[in-house]
This record gives sequence, structure tokens and C-alpha cells, in this order.
Amino acid sequence: MADPHAVTREINRSQMQVSEEIAIEIVKMNKWYGAFHVLRDIDLTVNRGERIVIAGPSGSGKSTLIRCINRLEEHQSGKIVVDGIELTSDLKNIDKVRSEVGMVFQHFNLFPHLTILENCTLAPIWVRKVPKKEAEATAMHFLEKVKIPEQANKYPGQLSGGQQQRVAIARSLCMKPRIMLFDEPTSALDPEMIKEVLDTMIELAEEGMTMLCVTHEMGFAQAVANRVIFMDQGQIVEQNEPTEFFNNPQSERTKLFLSQILGH
Amino acid sequence: MSDLHSESVAFVRDTMLTPQSPPASQAGAIKWLRENLFSGPMNTILTILGVGIVVYLVNLGLPWFLHSVWNANSLAECRSAITATWGPDAHGACWAMIRERWSQFMFGFYPNVFYWRPILALLLLFVALAPILFAEFSNRLTIAGGVVAALVVWLAASYGEWLPVGILAVVAAIAGLLAVQGTKWPHNLIWFPIVYAGIAFWLLWGGSIFTPIAALAGIVVGWLAFRILAPIAGNIVAVTAAVVAPVLWWYFGSEPVIDLLSRALPRVEPFWLPPVDSDQFGGFVLAFVIGLTGIAFSLPMGIVLALGRRSDMLLVKALCVGFIEFIRGVPLITLLFTASLLLNYFLPPGTNFDIILRVIIMVTLFSAAYIAEVIRGGLAALPRGQYEAADALGLDYWKAQRLIIMPQALKISIPGIVSSFIGLFKDTTLVVFVALLDPLKGITDAVRASIEWKGIYWEPYIFVGAIFFLVCFSMSRYSMYLENRLKREHR
Repeated sequence: MADPHAVTREINRSQMQVSEEIAIEIVKMNKWYGAFHVLRDIDLTVNRGERIVIAGPSGSGKSTLIRCINRLEEHQSGKIVVDGIELTSDLKNIDKVRSEVGMVFQHFNLFPHLTILENCTLAPIWVRKVPKKEAEATAMHFLEKVKIPEQANKYPGQLSGGQQQRVAIARSLCMKPRIMLFDEPTSALDPEMIKEVLDTMIELAEEGMTMLCVTHEMGFAQAVANRVIFMDQGQIVEQNEPTEFFNNPQSERTKLFLSQILGH
Repeated sequence: MSDLHSESVAFVRDTMLTPQSPPASQAGAIKWLRENLFSGPMNTILTILGVGIVVYLVNLGLPWFLHSVWNANSLAECRSAITATWGPDAHGACWAMIRERWSQFMFGFYPNVFYWRPILALLLLFVALAPILFAEFSNRLTIAGGVVAALVVWLAASYGEWLPVGILAVVAAIAGLLAVQGTKWPHNLIWFPIVYAGIAFWLLWGGSIFTPIAALAGIVVGWLAFRILAPIAGNIVAVTAAVVAPVLWWYFGSEPVIDLLSRALPRVEPFWLPPVDSDQFGGFVLAFVIGLTGIAFSLPMGIVLALGRRSDMLLVKALCVGFIEFIRGVPLITLLFTASLLLNYFLPPGTNFDIILRVIIMVTLFSAAYIAEVIRGGLAALPRGQYEAADALGLDYWKAQRLIIMPQALKISIPGIVSSFIGLFKDTTLVVFVALLDPLKGITDAVRASIEWKGIYWEPYIFVGAIFFLVCFSMSRYSMYLENRLKREHR
């Protein structure tokens, strides 16, 4: 298997434990874009501490699925419960869920008019009402964790793509989320920068964070995930623990997909 | 030594090239001339033609300027002075008219003993704006502030009346101090522009000091209503109350209170200024009052309209679209006529609704519709990811707008917004159609109708045009400075 970003380092699994507690519960969820049925009868339960990688061809609905979890997209039927809060049109619940769930985007979406530090302290100060000094201390802690504390007073436009994505991760962590969603976090990066972002994500997994990642980095999936979900045409086609998933795929569609992305 | 290991591999570079300065033929004045003015037969002809036109125009206008007369009491005196010095055929400008009628161009028919009031209002305007406009340059700004203060004190002194000049100097000193502080901590002084609105109103129109205080109290009433109701009844009720409460206060509560207070205190200077009627306003005082008030109110209104137009709520959206399209589809003069004539039919008989206030309302509405569209453009230019990131962090709609969306959208819209402001300021000359004395036509006609200056033609228009140009050009330069200051992409 030729994966340019195969994870070579030893993963510390001492804190990577899946608990019995349920973090996310999705039952019979459906979503349409106009007449187009994007997500069909999605059933998914995520336990606290799980690290799930969602794979699939483009247009299969994997991004839409995780965007439904913090209500960036609205679902039309079925039920999504995050941390015991059901997502309905109630704005209070939505904001509550959003402040508990961190999200990292493909295009970073940092706020270009604010410094790196301000990007990280904005939500804690205005949503969590944390005092400014405390928020700045927390932000510096997480910026050190993603290894760019020296950039704190620069603006996003002055940083490289990989650095920006690490800031985006730090920005989410500053809200002390219990669940992290990653929407193709490395797809917009140069090959040289993918590794630094993946390393940050691996560290996060090692600390026991509940993570859902839409990604094409199969090396990351094999090393870190405890479950891989394969989606096609808005449905979950197959899910399994990574070794089984990669070595012994069951459905024809999965086999075809794996042969295409791993075959060269 | 060779750079290439051509024996072993196809190509390997082992020394990187350093950048070098360009060849000499790429620099120099002659090179520039050849490239830009005489690069071919066509361009050579155009250059010569252009130079010819410039020479012709200068030849036409320059003698007129050079023969200018600055000291005379009438146009006839001007002409005889020109004939005496430059011969019977000479033409010359008669700027003496401006020297003599300067105060009329500036103040209209504002009583001259009170000239210090608009001047003081202008000085305080700079103080009020300094913390907003210039957040950075504290040193340069202090010097500029000093120069402006000195100029204003000198101007006020030249209109006699030493008592007001004394007050003025003290106020200027305090204001200067506040301005310097403000440049260091702009947030500490954010209240001053609001209070300034009250002070300026009182200085310009006079009357009891409690009128502006009661008006400003309305804002406090609204704020209190919001503060008290927000935790109990939720945001929507609180915002509604914050809008309704001040209106109720202004409509019912404020007048008895003003009456009571003004009766309790004597009609002397700290509490009461001799009132000046709106009819007496004119010239640049009028243009500035209408222009600046319009600018100050049309920006927030434009923001609200732009947000409303993008709203998901159907009714709000329909109202905003209807308003914007209606206002943009109607000439400003129509609105001004409505303000001056038609409004009287709809208002209850006997209501005295100040004409300048009506004009300001119309000009503000007009400009707000244009600004709303400019800001909508800025909002549309923001990538969707900015909204999503703000949502994903749990910021609610208003916080996301205030902290993430608006700062960026407004920055993108600066050139368009400033264009609207410039347009608004120039449009203040249209108030001549509702019988107010704007500087361009109102005052100029009054001057040209006098016996002394009958027949003067170019000079007043050039003078007024030059002042408009100065103000508008400053706004344009300021917008460029602001754009530069807010630039965040340093790639």
C-alpha cells in the first residue's frame, strides 16, 4: 500500500479509551437539498472517546453528515442527539451544541481581520464569558500545543496553510469542546504541510478526544481510528474497525473505492 | 569550474542564482519620456496636441487669475482697479467679493454676534471625531488639534465678543486633552460623539439646555429598558422595548420635564442660549449640519437595511427591499419637496416640524438606501466559510455580525460608503429647492442680487466649488488612509 503520509511514529494508546457513554446519537436521519436526497436513513451512534474516520467518494454526503451534527446543515427527518441535547429548530439548543462541538474546516476559515490570538480568544470571551486574561492564557496554552505560540500576534494572512489549519484546531480547542469534527482538514494543503496537521490531530486523539474526521488520509485512519465508516450515495455502506475494513472489505462498492485510492 | 555535472547526470544545479539589478537602459528620465510620451508617431502627435491644449487653457485662465483684485468694496471698484493697472482690455478676478461676503458664505444669515457658536460646534466636532477617525497617530494628531484650536480661537476673536472666546479657549483646552486621551484609549471616549450631538444641537439652535439633555435621556431610557427586560423577557422583547420606550419618552415624557426644569432655572447663559431660527441658517453651516448629520445617521441605518435585506424573515426582508427600491427609484428633490410641502398635509394642524430636521430626515433616508446596497455588496463578497466558522463557534447572529461579519464587510465597502458620503455632502446644495440658503445657489444668488456685486459671475461659484472640492477630496483621501490602515494581508 503506497501512502505518502503513512503514520510512522508510535501511537500512545494509554488514554485512547472508548467509554460506554453515548456522545452522539443519530437515528433514521434524512436530508434533502431541494429534491435531491443527500442523506438517507443515517443511523450512527458515537461513544465518548471514539475516533471515527468517514470515507467515501465525493458527493457521497460525508461532509453533509458531519455538518448536520452541529447544525450547519438542517436535517428534515429523524433525530440527532449531541451530548444529550436534541437538535431542533430551537436556537438556544443549537448554540449550546455548537459551543460544545469544535469544527475544523477544509479552508480553515480563520477570521482574517483578527490576530491569531484574537481568533482563539473571541469565542471563549463572547460565548463562554471567560475573562480576557484567562482566555488569552488558555489560547497561548493551545497555541503552544499546536506548536505556533510565536505567531500569536500575526494575522492569518501571514501564515502558511498548515500553520493556519493548526491555528484553526487551536481555536476550536479553546472552547474546550467535548467532540471535534474535522471536515477534510488536509485537502487544501500542500503535501509538505499535511503531516504537521495530521500530527496535531494524532496528539488530540492520544488525549482521548471524541473525533469524527472526514478525510482521505487512509494512513491516519489505520493508525488512529477505532472505526471507519464508508459512505456512498448518502448512505452508510460499510463500517468496521480499520484493520478489517482495509484488509477485508465486504461490499463491492468499498472494494472498488479502496482499490482506486490505494491501488497506485 | 562548471555549474553542471554533465558527465554524470542530466542536470543538477549546485549554486543558486542571486538576484541582480536591472540593466541601465531600464532607468533614467529620457528613457521614461521615450516610453511614455514619444513611443511612436501616434503618441508623439497626441503628446504635442495635449501640450497645446494645456498651454491654450492656461493662457486663457492665468491672466484672469493674475489680475485678481483683493481689496474693493464693489464690482465697479474692482473693474476700475483692473483697468487702471492692466489696461482697458484686461480681465481679472474680483476676489474682494469673497473677502467682503466671506461670513455670509460661511454662516448665511446666522446672527453675527453668535458666530462663535457654530465655530465652537465645528471645533468640538474634531474632538468628537478624533478618537473614531484616528486610532493611531497620537503625536501628529495633537499638533493638528492645536493648530485647529488656535485657528478657531483666532477666528472667533476676529468676530469680537471676548467672553465667548474665553469660554472657547477653556473648552478647547479641555477638549484637546480629551482628544489626546481618546487617541490612546479610543474606547474610553466612545460616549463623546453621542453627547456631542446634543451639544452641537444646543450651540447651533440655542434655547434651553434641557432640550438636548432630554433628547439624550431618551437613549438612556432605551438602554435601561433593554438592560432591565433582557434577563427577564428575552432579547426580542427587550429590543422592542428599547425602541419603543425612547419614542414614548420623546413624545409624551420629555416636554413637561423640559418645561419644569427651564422654569425652575433663570434664562441665563449656562442654561439658556438665545435661540436661532432655522430660517437664519445658511451657507456652509447649513451644508455641514445637513451633510454631517446625514452621514452620521445613514451609516447605521444602511447597515440595518442591508442586514434586513439578507434576512430569512420574509416580512423584514420585504420591508427592506421595498424601502430601498422605492428610495432609489425616486429623485432626491422629490423627497425634499415631500418633506417641505406634502408633510404638512399629513401632520396634525399646528405641529411645528422644523424644516432643517425634515430635510435631514429625507437626506438620511436617501443616502441610507444607497449605503445599504453598498454594504450588501460587501456582505456578499465575504466567503460563506466566515459565517460557518462564526456559527460553529457558537456565536449568535448579532455577535457574529458585530464581531466577524460587519468588520470585514464594512472594510470591503469603504470606497463605496465614502462615495455615498461624498454624494450626500454635495447633494446638500439641493436644499435650495425648498427655500433653504445653500452655499452654491442660495447664498450666491443673494450676493449677486446686491447692488455692490451685481454682475459678478465666476468668482462665487469657483470659491464655493473649491471648498466643496477640499472637503470631498479630504474624505476621499481619508478613505484611502483607512483602507491602508485596515489592510491585513501582508503576503
